[in-house]
Amino acid sequence: MSRPLSAEEATAAAVAARHAGRWRTRMDTFVIYAILVGVAVVMLFPGYWMIVTALTETGKEMSYPPVLFPQPIAWNNFPDALAAAPFPIYLRNSLIIAVVATAGALITESMAGFAFARLRFPGRDLWFGICLALLMLPFVVTVIPRFIIFKELGMTGTLLPLIVPYWFGGSAFGVFLFRQFFRTLPMELDEAARIDGAGHLRTWWSIILPQSGPVFVTLAILHFVWFWNDFMGPLIYLTRDEIKTLPLGVMKFYGQYTQDWNYMMASALLMTVPILVIVLVGQRYFQRGIATTGLGGR
Amino acid sequence: MTTTGSPGRSSLRRREALWGYFFLAPFIAGVLIWQAFPLLLSLYHSFTDYEVLTPPKWVGLRNYERMIGDQLFWTSLANTIIYTVMSVAIFMVFALGGALLLNAKVRGIRIFRVVTYLPSQLPIVASAFIFLWIFEPNFGVANYLLSLIGIEPQRWLFDPVLAKPTLAIMGIWGIGTGIIIFLAGLQGVPESLYDAAKVDGANATRQFLHVTLPMISPVLLFNLIIAIIGSFQVFDLAYLMTKGGPGTETLFYVLYIFRNAFELFKMGYASALAWVFFLVVLVLTFLNFRLSRRWVHYEVDVR
Repeated sequence: MSRPLSAEEATAAAVAARHAGRWRTRMDTFVIYAILVGVAVVMLFPGYWMIVTALTETGKEMSYPPVLFPQPIAWNNFPDALAAAPFPIYLRNSLIIAVVATAGALITESMAGFAFARLRFPGRDLWFGICLALLMLPFVVTVIPRFIIFKELGMTGTLLPLIVPYWFGGSAFGVFLFRQFFRTLPMELDEAARIDGAGHLRTWWSIILPQSGPVFVTLAILHFVWFWNDFMGPLIYLTRDEIKTLPLGVMKFYGQYTQDWNYMMASALLMTVPILVIVLVGQRYFQRGIATTGLGGR
Repeated sequence: MTTTGSPGRSSLRRREALWGYFFLAPFIAGVLIWQAFPLLLSLYHSFTDYEVLTPPKWVGLRNYERMIGDQLFWTSLANTIIYTVMSVAIFMVFALGGALLLNAKVRGIRIFRVVTYLPSQLPIVASAFIFLWIFEPNFGVANYLLSLIGIEPQRWLFDPVLAKPTLAIMGIWGIGTGIIIFLAGLQGVPESLYDAAKVDGANATRQFLHVTLPMISPVLLFNLIIAIIGSFQVFDLAYLMTKGGPGTETLFYVLYIFRNAFELFKMGYASALAWVFFLVVLVLTFLNFRLSRRWVHYEVDVR
C-alpha cells in the first residue's frame, strides 16, 4: 500500500510542512505582537492622557466628549503652572534628598553586602537573617516612633529625617541585592588583591565595586526614583513651604485649583520627566542587575 | 603565611571578623537605631496616653481595650482586607501574565518591557491625580470610553461600591516591578526542562503547569508576600484621591493610623493601632510561609 516516496515528492512534502510550520509561527508571532501592542496602548494611556490634558487650553479640558488631541497646543500651561507655586525651591529640596539619601544608601548597602558575601566571621548569618526579616517588616510600624525620635532630636522641620536613616545601611532590599551580586564574582579577585597587598577596604572600593555596574546602577535608579517619588515621608516631616518637595508642591496645587486639571497635569508631567529620563537611560542595566542576582529563586 | 601555623591563622581570622563588623557597622547601627529601638519605643507608647506636647502617661491596656469598641478600627481593618484581596489578585494575575507575554522571544520585546515598566515608576502623586482625572465622573475619559461601548457613566471613586475596586484596578499600571521579578524567575528555568517536556509530548498548557509554575514557585511566593504587605500598607492613594471616602469606604488601616497620629496627635492610640497592624502582618506572613511548604518547590542544589 505504501510505496517509498520519490525524491521530488519527499522534497515537496518537506517544503509544504515547513511552509505550514512557518505559517504557524508567523501567525503566532502576529498574535503575540497584536497582544503586545494592545498591552502597550493600555499601559501608556494614562501617561498620554496626562500629556494631552497638560497641553489643553484652560476651559477646553472640561469638555465632553473629551479632547483626544489638543488644538491648539497650550505650551504656556507649563510656565503658568510653575508661576503658581515656588517650584524651584521644591525642585532643589527634592534633588538634595534624592541625591544625598541615594549616595548614603549605595555606600552603606554595598559595605554590608560586601561583608555578607565576601568575608567570614561569627554572627554573619545571624545578621543576614535579620536583613531578610527586615525585607518583610512593614515600614508603618516605625513611622510614629521615628517621628518622635526626630522631634526629640530637634530635626523635624529640616530635610534630615528623610536622609539620615539611609546612611545606616540603606534598605534591606539593597543590602540583599548587593550581597547576591557580590556572591557571583569569583573569589580569586579578593585573593589576587590580597597578594598585591590590598586590604579589605581597598578590595571593596577598587576591586568589587567597579565590577558591580549592573547592580549598582539598578539600585541607584531604584533609590533615586523612590526618594524622588516619596510622599508619606515628606508629608509628615516637611511642613514649611521652604523645605517641601515636588510631590507636596503638586499636592498643594490640587488643594488650591481643584478644577484646573490642565495645570495639575502640567505640574505632574514636569515632576515625572526626570524619572522617565532616568528609567529610560538606565533600563539597559536593569534587567541584568536583577537577573544576575539569583532573584530567580535558584 | 603557611609557616606561621595556627596562631597566625587565628589572628588572621580575628582581623577578618573585625573587618566584617567594620563593613556591617552602618547596617547594624541602622537596625538598632532605626528599627529595633523605634519598635520598642512604639510598644511602650502603645501603653500610654501621649499627645506629643505633654510627656507620655501610662494607661496600661486601655488603648487596646478602646480599639475593640472603636467602630472605625474595625471598618478600616475590613476595608484593608477587602482591598488587599482585590489588589493582590489583580497584581499576581496581571504581573505573571505580563511576564509570560514579555518573555516571548520576538524582536523588539525590550521596548515592550520598558513600556510596561514605566507607569509603575510614576510619582504616586502624579498617578493619583492622573487617575482622579481619568475617573472624574462628569468629564473623565473613562466614562467617555465606556460610553462608546454602551456602558452607563459611573461615579467611580465617589461610588460607595466602586471606590475600592477602582483603586485596585489602578494597580494594573503598577505591575512593572512584579513583572521584572517574574521575568527573572522565568529566565532562570532551564531550557532543557522544556525540551524534556516536549519530548514527553506535553503541550504548552501542560508545560506551564508542570514545568514553569513549579520552577518559579519561589518567585511566586516572594511576589505574593511583597504584594500582600504592600497592599496592606495602602495609604497614598486613599489620602490623595478619596480622603477615606465616600463615607468610610476607603478608610484604610494606615490612613486611620496616620489620622490618629498626625492629625489628632493621639500618639499612644496610634502606636497601639500600629502594633496590632504589625502583629496582623506578621501572622499573615507566617501563614504564607507555612502554606508555601505545600506548593513552593525548591531546587535541591540550593547553595
